[in-house]
Amino acid sequence: MQMRTIEIVVGAFMLAGLISLAILATRISGFNVNSEAGSYTVYASFENVGGLVVRSKVSIAGVEVGQITEITYDKNNYDARVKMEIDSDVDNISVDSTASILTEGLIGGKYVGLSIGAEEDFLGNGDEIFDTQSAIVLEELIGQFLLNQF
Amino acid sequence: MLGRLRNLGHYSLDLFATLGRAGRLWWLAIFRRPSLGNVSLVVNQIYRLGVLSLVITVMSGFSIGAVLALQGYNQLVKYGSESALGLGVALVLVMEIGPVVSALLFAGRAGSAVTAEIGLMKTTEQLASMEMMGVDPLRRIVAPRLWAGFFALPILALMFSVVGIWGAAVIGVEWLGVHEGAFWSTMQEGVDFVHHVMKGVIKSVVFGLVVTWIAVFQGYDAVPTSEGIAAATTRTVVFSSVAVLVLDFFLTLTMFNF
Amino acid sequence: MVSADYLQGKRMNSGVMAGMMIAFGLFLLKPCINSMSDNTMSEDTATDVYDDTVTDDVVVLEDVVYRRGKKTIFNGVSLTIPRGKTVAMMGPSGTGKTTLLRLIGGQLTPDSGRVIVNGQDINAITRDELFELRRDMGMLFQSGALFTDLSVFENVAFPMRVHTDLSEDFIRDLVLIKLQSVGLRGASSLFPSELSGGMQRRVALARAMALDPQILMYDEPFSGLDPIAMGVIVQLIRRVADVYGSTSIVVSHDIQETASIADYIYVLSDGRVIGEGKPDDLRQNTSPRIQQFIKGDSDGPVPFHYPAPDYSEELLAENLKLGWFSFE
Repeated sequence: MQMRTIEIVVGAFMLAGLISLAILATRISGFNVNSEAGSYTVYASFENVGGLVVRSKVSIAGVEVGQITEITYDKNNYDARVKMEIDSDVDNISVDSTASILTEGLIGGKYVGLSIGAEEDFLGNGDEIFDTQSAIVLEELIGQFLLNQF
Repeated sequence: MLGRLRNLGHYSLDLFATLGRAGRLWWLAIFRRPSLGNVSLVVNQIYRLGVLSLVITVMSGFSIGAVLALQGYNQLVKYGSESALGLGVALVLVMEIGPVVSALLFAGRAGSAVTAEIGLMKTTEQLASMEMMGVDPLRRIVAPRLWAGFFALPILALMFSVVGIWGAAVIGVEWLGVHEGAFWSTMQEGVDFVHHVMKGVIKSVVFGLVVTWIAVFQGYDAVPTSEGIAAATTRTVVFSSVAVLVLDFFLTLTMFNF
Repeated sequence: MVSADYLQGKRMNSGVMAGMMIAFGLFLLKPCINSMSDNTMSEDTATDVYDDTVTDDVVVLEDVVYRRGKKTIFNGVSLTIPRGKTVAMMGPSGTGKTTLLRLIGGQLTPDSGRVIVNGQDINAITRDELFELRRDMGMLFQSGALFTDLSVFENVAFPMRVHTDLSEDFIRDLVLIKLQSVGLRGASSLFPSELSGGMQRRVALARAMALDPQILMYDEPFSGLDPIAMGVIVQLIRRVADVYGSTSIVVSHDIQETASIADYIYVLSDGRVIGEGKPDDLRQNTSPRIQQFIKGDSDGPVPFHYPAPDYSEELLAENLKLGWFSFE
């Protein structure tokens, strides 16, 4: 086979590879474009994070606006300190908003949902959400139910 | 008893000697990499190792994607979660089956071809005559193949995954009746480019290096007879396959934070 | 052994001392050596063989010892190959004649002793110097060793592309000239797999000659060829030597053909030189081993029978083993 033909074919091969990569990036993985927009950090403390993990989503009104980037144990307050990144263009979250740990569906993964409050001041980089609602742990719920039953 | 101990020692020393030779070959071939003028050699090899493996890769990819869809559907339907079929198949293909199976197929098709070719060149004294003319066979024969495998296998793995997902889509959506929107949306939500796809690519790059290295070394080291080449070709396929599977375990362990 | 280097005063001190000591020693031991090795000529008079003016030696092997694993292939081989002559190395199969060519070419390193080519110790020079040296060496391998993925034209052009910067037109002309001289100009676009064995070997010869090398090495050029092809090769080898004046080293065990083209013959066996001389002189050599080799006797110093226990004993033993079958 002539060298030129081979070069063309190999070029096509490499191109096909790049196209595959592009397909995987866009159609299959829902490439995270959030990173380009930039983000700011917000903190919140919870009594119990339940099954919340790093990279879980942060959403407002059911729409994803950010990600959990760190979950650490706060020794001084005996609770969990959660650090999250919110998209820069979502800049109107009032300081008295509530952060709750919710469950997707019935037995899905955990995520943080924010309910906007009434204040006119908005959260900025490094701010803290004080009104938090811990995860609903199934065992505690059953325990409460039994307790109330008797 | 003493005899067995001696055998073990002899075998281990042999193993180390072989590894040493293989390492030396790799080192010399990489650092006497083809000069700019030899890019055409690499291109030629990418054609022979990569392009000619396309057919087997694509066919296998489609089949495996289809099988995953079938089996996956059967299991998920028990929990009412068949809409997650897209997600499941995509993750499995992109992270594991894509890189691993395409590497195994590559070892069987391209790896054995390389071993046989180099072994034959050694037997017919082509390598020796090249040396006599002052051409380093490591630069002209070995290095281009190493580089070609390094580029070709990741591309094959990517295409394997894409075709596999398409195969799963065809079976799942058209035939089994999974909701098309759910199929793709759960997939897009759940598959992360960096953490899933790119890690799969890293795996296939490592596999490409290892499989081609084994293939090239076995050919270069083969006993220059017809039995010797046959044995070398078998060793290539066996060693490459085992290496890929074992490496997959360790790579998965380190890359996916367990 | 006194090599031409010493004569040219290149290595005066230690060389001359050593040479003188060796010559003196050999002179003293001459009668002993003669009877031990059945050598009618002592080694230090090798260069006196030639009637013409003393030419320099293009290849010198000094006491070369080479082992592969446990087997000693060469155990102190010393020989000289003068410039412009055709020297043959002959001997029974398995004496490592191909290994010898590889040692001369620098592909293998002797365990002890030196291989000197064109005045340079081939194992002591740098890679670049070796590259330059190899430009002047052409080797015809036993199997042709053509590159199967290249056409005949590309095969012959290969050394030119590697060692020179000649333009494509120039290379094309050169290749055609070389192919013409071996009679295969019309086959330039064919691939090695499409050629017969004899034709492959001719192409390999064209390739070996591509850069008009000073030294041409032929590894069993006559083996496996039909009479016509063999005649062609013999002609070509002779013509190349005559026309180009190059030094030819022919490794073969074909007595007839080799004797017809060689100026000097070395006979090797068991890792040593057991005989040497001009073809006619060698035919008259009385050493039984050389006689057996030249005449092609099936039995002699190299025995017909592989070592085995006593014949009648072994036959009878079989019968006894069968026990109740045999007759008592």
